[in-house]
Order: sequence, then structure tokens, then C-alpha cells
Amino acid sequence: MAILTLLQAVNDALHTKMRDDERVTVFGEDVGPKGGVFLATEGLTREFGERRCFDTPLSEDGIVGAAVGMAVNGLLPVCEIQFQDFIFPAFDQIVSEAAKLRYRSGGQYTAPMVIRTPYGGGIRGGLYHSQSGEAYFAHTPGLKVVIPSTPHDAKGLLIAAIEDPDPVLFLEPKALYRSLKGEVPEGSYTVDLSTVRTAREGSDVTVFCYGAMVPVCEKAAATAAEGGIETHVVDLRTLLPLDEEAVLDAAKRTGRVVVVHEAPRFCGYGAEISALIAENAIEYMEAPVRRVTGFDTPFPNTLEHHYMPDERRVLDAIEGVASF
Amino acid sequence: MTETLKMIEADGSAPSFNGALDDKALVYCYRTMLMVRAFDDICMKLQRSGRIGFSIPNKGVEATQVGAASALRSTDFFFPSYRDFGMALHHGAEPVEMMHNMFGNASDSARGRQMPVHFSFTKPLRFFSISSPIGTHLPQAVGAAFASQAQGKDDVSLASFGDGGTSSTGFHSALNMAGVWKAPVIFLCQNNGWAISLPSSGQTASDGYAIKAKAYGMPGVTVDGNDLLAVNQAVSEAAERARAGEGPTLIEAFTYRMGGHSTSDDPTKYVPAEELEKWAKKDPVLRMQRFLAQRGLWDEALEATLQAECAAEVAAAAKEAQGTPAPTLETIFSDVYETLPNHLRRQGEQAFDLAARKGDADAGGGAFPL
Repeated sequence: MAILTLLQAVNDALHTKMRDDERVTVFGEDVGPKGGVFLATEGLTREFGERRCFDTPLSEDGIVGAAVGMAVNGLLPVCEIQFQDFIFPAFDQIVSEAAKLRYRSGGQYTAPMVIRTPYGGGIRGGLYHSQSGEAYFAHTPGLKVVIPSTPHDAKGLLIAAIEDPDPVLFLEPKALYRSLKGEVPEGSYTVDLSTVRTAREGSDVTVFCYGAMVPVCEKAAATAAEGGIETHVVDLRTLLPLDEEAVLDAAKRTGRVVVVHEAPRFCGYGAEISALIAENAIEYMEAPVRRVTGFDTPFPNTLEHHYMPDERRVLDAIEGVASF
Repeated sequence: MTETLKMIEADGSAPSFNGALDDKALVYCYRTMLMVRAFDDICMKLQRSGRIGFSIPNKGVEATQVGAASALRSTDFFFPSYRDFGMALHHGAEPVEMMHNMFGNASDSARGRQMPVHFSFTKPLRFFSISSPIGTHLPQAVGAAFASQAQGKDDVSLASFGDGGTSSTGFHSALNMAGVWKAPVIFLCQNNGWAISLPSSGQTASDGYAIKAKAYGMPGVTVDGNDLLAVNQAVSEAAERARAGEGPTLIEAFTYRMGGHSTSDDPTKYVPAEELEKWAKKDPVLRMQRFLAQRGLWDEALEATLQAECAAEVAAAAKEAQGTPAPTLETIFSDVYETLPNHLRRQGEQAFDLAARKGDADAGGGAFPL
């Protein structure tokens, strides 16, 4: 098995699916000969030609709108939005078009397509190269929202997303693109969407997280273990549709829950996890659910390390719920 | 800019008509125009009597719709606005299918989820599911056109929109991208004078809409939109270019919305009466009728027959649709995803349970088929 970075795993998934299925078409800003600003699409134009991987004008709603049109006419589009921060011109195409198409046409038209986009902080990108907008999209019936946190999952989830019959927003934690390496099987394989991954077993506190927060939570869990607290870390990896049963099982297991995300707190994804537990498992809970999140502010540049949840903040929450 | 294409003169003669449509096709076009009007008429009555909630009248723009449809194949991909259903009728969509949508009943292809007039057909033509937000279908038409070309097919996409649509983000994105890609797409701007209550003069400061094509590197042509033959020719020429790999065209068709934006709108509040009178004299149906009469293809007897046929067909359609029950509760939850996710299954079962316990007058029984 090859040892790849998360970025290489994404690239490997695209190569693998494009070899398997000539309908797969990759496009976006600078994704062609340059291979994308992060090089996620490097080598695709060379191997598959300009018809299969190409640059588009700087037009996010055009990119996603064209993807919808391709999807309803026989291709499997995998488009890239250069940064998730730039996705909002395409919000209408994602939320009102791709996500609603099956429903509004009674299944006559469907949009099997993937929108890949790097999200999240940690690269000194300031307000507009750092955001975590998953909650806007997880609120959208008809859309699937997937966030990998390991190279293995990045490849398997991306292939599953391309094969999925519904539109998938595939958010890639750019902070992990090159900082994380792991074993990645060769050839095609999938990781089922709407399944969670247990990143660490523990019996005292359950931490729910996803994307770039997973390694942060794993580190905090390791430190907590030194102090005698065994933390169960769950990587949600598909935010919509969520495997609610798995979340409730993991919450009931310890009765003490921390939810961690980079995005702002108010109406963030952690609120949904917290409400899900309150509605369905309150009798199992030994402590109030704690959220560790970005602040309810825009994303700062110089002080981003204070904005983003780090090991220190997660550990503090773990200790807090453990001792409640 | 070229001169505005026009073929049918006021007296019904059309000296430049080259026989692109044969006699049978010409009469069929006229019949579609009458069918659009008949469908509109009955929908207006159904709405005013409270049987349906909403409708969008097409009076005045029939020649543009039918002229464009008659220039294209059923395998081409139509990306319509909500004032385009004449295109679907012309390619054989059944009025009863459309009427099921007007009533939002269990036989509606959209299963009662959309407002009236938001049709969707995959056969007998590819008539893309209509969206209410303006201009979103333009980039989609470009993507579909790209896909046709990429798969070696010579199908074209038609994106149809009003003058208001040219101010949308989608218009710019789509024309720009189509120009760069040389995509086989036809942009049909139906300049019908009004975007709800905003006159065309408030929509753009440019000299019309066709001129905007220049900035996107494609031809822009203007056509008399109340002249079915001229629209047919303009769209035929654009389709030919597109099929030959020569890229997109923007067509601006001058026509006029002779009714309100919708049944919820009162145009007498903002449309000058004299303007409406002026355009009423240019009624596209009468214009086509005069042309057919000149060619010996129309007489009072034919008119009576066609009118009666269309009226009977839409009345039968309305009767059938009105007698069809509402969709069952299950249809709220299906078609969100291909496979019903667990959370939706749970929400559905809770709704069915409540309906069973507390009663529900018209939702019907709820159960998932799985």
C-alpha cells in the first residue's frame, strides 16, 4: 500500500475514477494544465486530455450550473471551487438547483455530480481562504455533505461520492492536504457515505469531530489519556445524511459529549449534534454537551491559531465534561 | 447588428418564406398556438374559480415559443422559462400531463411538489424541469450542450428566458462560458416588454439585448417575435451553426406579454392601455392566421374545428386532473435522495403516525413503499 498525503489521495481518486469511467469530467478554475492551486488535479489533463479535465472562466455559478447541465445529459461532473470561501455565487445552483432537481422533477432529472472544494483554516488565509461553511449546506435537503480526515477516507469517500446518484459537496480540509500521510490502497475502493469512523476508542468522554479537527481531537484525547480520561473520538465524515444511530450509540456509550468544529458556533453543525442527543438520548447523559468551535466572528488572519479550536481548548472541554 | 428578421407582412404575405416548414407543419404550428391559448384560457378560469392556485398566461408570446420549438428536434435539450410551455405542446407533451401539474395531484410528474406551470418532461421531448429563480437554467443549458458535444452527439440546447433574465448572474456566466467553449447552445431572449412590472427600459441601459452577444464573442440577432416564420428561421440558423460546431447564438425576439405576469398580478396598474392596444393589433395568432389564409391553408371552418378540438382537449384534461386525488403523504419524503435516508424515514413515519392518530382530511394514507 502506498503512503500518500491527503492531497495525493484526492488526486489518486480522480485518476482512478477517470480511468474507470469516461463520463467523469473534471473542471474548474486553474484545474487543467496547472493542476489546481493546491495541485489536487495535477496530471489529469495530461493523462485524459482537455475534454476530460479543463479550465473554466472565473465563474463559480457558471461552473456549478454547467455541472448540473452535464449531469442531466450523461456526464459525471466533478467540478472544483478553488476555495470554499468562493462558493457563494454558486449557492443558488447548489441549493436551489442541484439539490432540488430530483425532488422537483419527480425523479425525471437527477444531478449525480461532485463539487470538490478545500475548506477551513490553518494556512494564514484570512477571512476569505479559511472558512468552514458546512452548516449552510448541511441544511440543504437533497445534498450530501462529505468531509474526509484521512488519506484513506479521502480516496474512498471521493470515489463513493462520484459514484453516488445524488449531488455531493466534498469539502477537503486544506490544513491536512500535506500535513497528513497515511496508507492508501491502490486501485478503486469506496468508503460508504453516511457512515462514521471511530478514530479512537474510549469509555469516559465522546468527542464528535470532522475534517481538520480530527487530528486535533486525537491529540487532545491522547493527552487526556495521560490524565486518566479515556476519550472516544468519532469522525463524522458525512455530515448529510448523517448516521444518526451511530452518533447516538457513541453518545450513550459515555454519557459525556464534546462536539468540535472550526465553523462559528451559532447554528453550527454542533448544534444539530447537541439537539439530536438532547432529543433522543437525554436519559443517558451525565453532563451537558460542550461545543468547542470557532468564535461567532469572521475568520481572523494573524490570530487564526486563537480562533481555531486547538488541542488546549479541546482538552479543556474533555476535562470539563469528564469532571461534571 | 443585423436588421430585425421579419417574414410575415401585415397582410399575411411572406415573400421571403422559403418553405422551411411544409403546409402540414405550418398548420400544426398554428394549432399549437391555439392550444396554448386554450390551455391559458381554461387555467385562468380554473384559477379564478379557486380550483387551482396559480397560472402564468402566455397570450402574445405564442409565436416565439412555437416558432422556436418548430425549429428544433425533440432530442434537443429545452431549458425553458415558466412562460414556454408551447414548446412542450408542440413536441407532443399531453395537455393532461400539464394539467396534472396545474392541480399538483398524484399523477403530476413532479408529484405535487412544484407550483403550477413548473413542468418537466423527459419525453416526448427533453423539457428541463422549470425553476422559479430567474436565469439559473442558462449555465445548465451550456453544461448540457457541452455534454452533447463531448459525447459526439449533434443535439443543441435551447435556453429561453425573458428580458428580465438578462440581468441575472446566470445570463452573464452562461453566455461567457458558452462563448469560450463554443458550446452548441441557443440563447433565446424573449423581450416581451415587461419583467413583472419593470419595463425593459429599466432592465438595461444598453441598446437592446442582442447587442450583448458581442461582448461574449457570439452572434446576436434580433427577430420579430410575433412572427412565427421569422423565429423559426432565426432559431434554425442558430441551431445549424451550433450543430456544425460554430458555437452559440443570442437571439432577441421582440414580442409582448399581453396579460399579467401571472394570475396574481394586475398589469392594469402599470401597463399603459395604449401600449397594450398597439400590441393587440400585432397579435401573433392573428398574424399566423393571415399568413395561412394567404396560402389557402386557413378558413373559418378550419378555425372552428381547431378551436373546438383544443377547447375539448384542455377541458377533458382539466376534468381528469381535477378528479385525480392529491399525492400521498409519502411523496413529501421520496425523491429527496435516490435512497430514503434513515432520518427522513423517521420523520415520515412520525408524520404518518400523526395522520393515523389525529386524522388527516386529505393527505391520504402514509406509508413508504419499501
